[in-house]
Amino acid sequence: MSKKTLIPIGPYHPLQEEPELFKLYCDGEIVKDIKWETGYNHRGIEKLSESKTYEQVFFLVERICGICSTSHPFAFANAVEEIVGVEITNRTKYIRSIIGELERIHSHLLWVGLAGHFLGYNTVFMWAWKYREPILDIFEMITGNRNSYAMFKVGGVRRDIEEFKISAIKKTLDDFKKKNDLLTGAVMDDPVIHARTKGVGILTKQDVIDYAAVGPTARASGLAIDIRKDDPYAAYPLVNWKVITAEAGDVFAKAEVRLLEMYESISIIEQCLAGLRKEKEGDIEVKVKEIPEGIGNGRAEAPRGEVFHFVVSDGSSSPARHKIRAPSYVNIATFKKACIGQTIADATISLAAVDPCYCCTERMAVAYDVHSGKKMMNAEELISLSVKRTNEIKDSV
Amino acid sequence: MDTKAIIEEFRQKFNSDILDEVSRNERRVIISVKPASIIKVSEYLYKTAGFRFIIASAIHTKRGFEIHYHFSKDAVGLILNIHVLLDKEKPQIESLSNMFNASNWIEREMHELFGINFLNHPNQEKLISEGNWAEGVYPLRKEFK
Amino acid sequence: MGFKNYCFKKSLWVFHFGGASCNNCDIEILDCLTPRHDLERFGILLVGSIRHADVLLVNGIINHHDKERLIEIYNQAPKPILVVAIGACGCTGGLFTESYTFAGPVDKVIPVNAYVPGCPPKPEAIIAGIVKLVNKS
Repeated sequence: MSKKTLIPIGPYHPLQEEPELFKLYCDGEIVKDIKWETGYNHRGIEKLSESKTYEQVFFLVERICGICSTSHPFAFANAVEEIVGVEITNRTKYIRSIIGELERIHSHLLWVGLAGHFLGYNTVFMWAWKYREPILDIFEMITGNRNSYAMFKVGGVRRDIEEFKISAIKKTLDDFKKKNDLLTGAVMDDPVIHARTKGVGILTKQDVIDYAAVGPTARASGLAIDIRKDDPYAAYPLVNWKVITAEAGDVFAKAEVRLLEMYESISIIEQCLAGLRKEKEGDIEVKVKEIPEGIGNGRAEAPRGEVFHFVVSDGSSSPARHKIRAPSYVNIATFKKACIGQTIADATISLAAVDPCYCCTERMAVAYDVHSGKKMMNAEELISLSVKRTNEIKDSV
Repeated sequence: MDTKAIIEEFRQKFNSDILDEVSRNERRVIISVKPASIIKVSEYLYKTAGFRFIIASAIHTKRGFEIHYHFSKDAVGLILNIHVLLDKEKPQIESLSNMFNASNWIEREMHELFGINFLNHPNQEKLISEGNWAEGVYPLRKEFK
Repeated sequence: MGFKNYCFKKSLWVFHFGGASCNNCDIEILDCLTPRHDLERFGILLVGSIRHADVLLVNGIINHHDKERLIEIYNQAPKPILVVAIGACGCTGGLFTESYTFAGPVDKVIPVNAYVPGCPPKPEAIIAGIVKLVNKS
């Protein structure tokens, strides 16, 4: 019996019959207009938050998104600690930053894999996800879970990173750095990837300001905003690192920003680990008895941009109002600018470049003909079209 | 320019529109203004003072419907909340979406979840509620269980 | 053993339907196909259409918007189809049972053959769940 090795064409999200996240209206090959429909993923989290205690809300907000799972508790903790007015210990700051940066690495790797998949580079997809595994192993060692870490609480963190774990983390990161060099080189030096991604899905600096986009989407267009530098929190002011930006605003620039950010994250983690060794072990919590009345604006830099939590407390054990804004909410709106005027084959990669957190944005794209209104192709066909385009370019290069 | 100077400039420009000011610390300031002045305040913050619109949060309280418009001055790490209080029975306010695109979706969402009417919104249609709950029902109001 | 059971023993083709989920389970399912666990070597594929599938994986809570879609997909699936509910949300609704958009856990919408609990379940758990199901049927 022959062995078949087939690469899955089933994409990351469930392919429903009518995906209907983005409806691309096309005239021939060019995208003329886009409509966005959603509601598939609405879970009523803000209302649920009002019926849970502050401790329980940490578990709830972790599950807003699985990929940027720690950024939401991070911003929520910042908001509540602002209401209480408590100063957390240095050890807490280092641990929080380590978790935040590890998450940034795993999220960017995930994105690189998906972008590769949309372009037809399934090897990149497999490599990127393979190199993600050691990072997830570190998470499992520190927190007990590969995703959804449950590390945060008001005033501190729930588990400590002991000395023996620190050496294991350092070793994994050293191995990872070499693999990252390999991956970065493969993506950034490939002429076909240059041809597919340079000049595609461009967002100018003015577009980014108009849509109030954040994160790598904004930084790739030359706007140097990063909450870790602008409104510092946790251990970020205690370590040396720089904000990565690019000027072109196209898909290649966004990939470049994310790949280079991983190196900064590794550097931050190493400095935080060194900082941990100087702090007293076990000093990871400041007890908070109750949350007084007040208003807290908390934010954190998730892998996709600024996460903002607005908490109104009326002195009771549950928030009176908890507004959550994930970065993808503002970033996805930029698709109009990025995709209109592009060919259909470039539509998937332009959409993917924004790195939408699919829990806020759900499913894939569907293309409609602008004249007849008939459905032209569904998501799987769009991806195949993108792959075909890559192969055409490969043949010509 | 530091945060104190920025807030002082704002205070002087909109003296007659400001109703109240609360500040937690240097970087977190909440200024309550009259609902009618939201357009000119936002225009100043966005066009002249270089603020970025983060999001808007609506709250349903005993006093009525309140909206906090969150603006961020990234260079100094300041979050300025512009707070307005709307009518209990018929909450409505001018839409900001004709000025910039950043507020388009959140105003649609607030309309669906709270029933606040945004006047002159370019497309105040459903964003997330299609099929999820009935017309005329506003899940985030306090009376909804 | 019957013909149907014989067919289920090898190379299952899997269709994934995610309700309103946080995508943790989605990533862990995709992780099963990547080099560390590598289910492709057994011929297990993720397919793009329910009409080609032997197994339907459902995760996430089902909100009112998704409910009709799920029923439609189940009706279009070629029978017999094995349905697996993945994750705490798929099994019981998880944290979100009190939400105003919650329309019942998966087994209230379509019949389920196996449950893989966890938040998210590790890829090993998902694989173990499917293997158990296949051996049982």
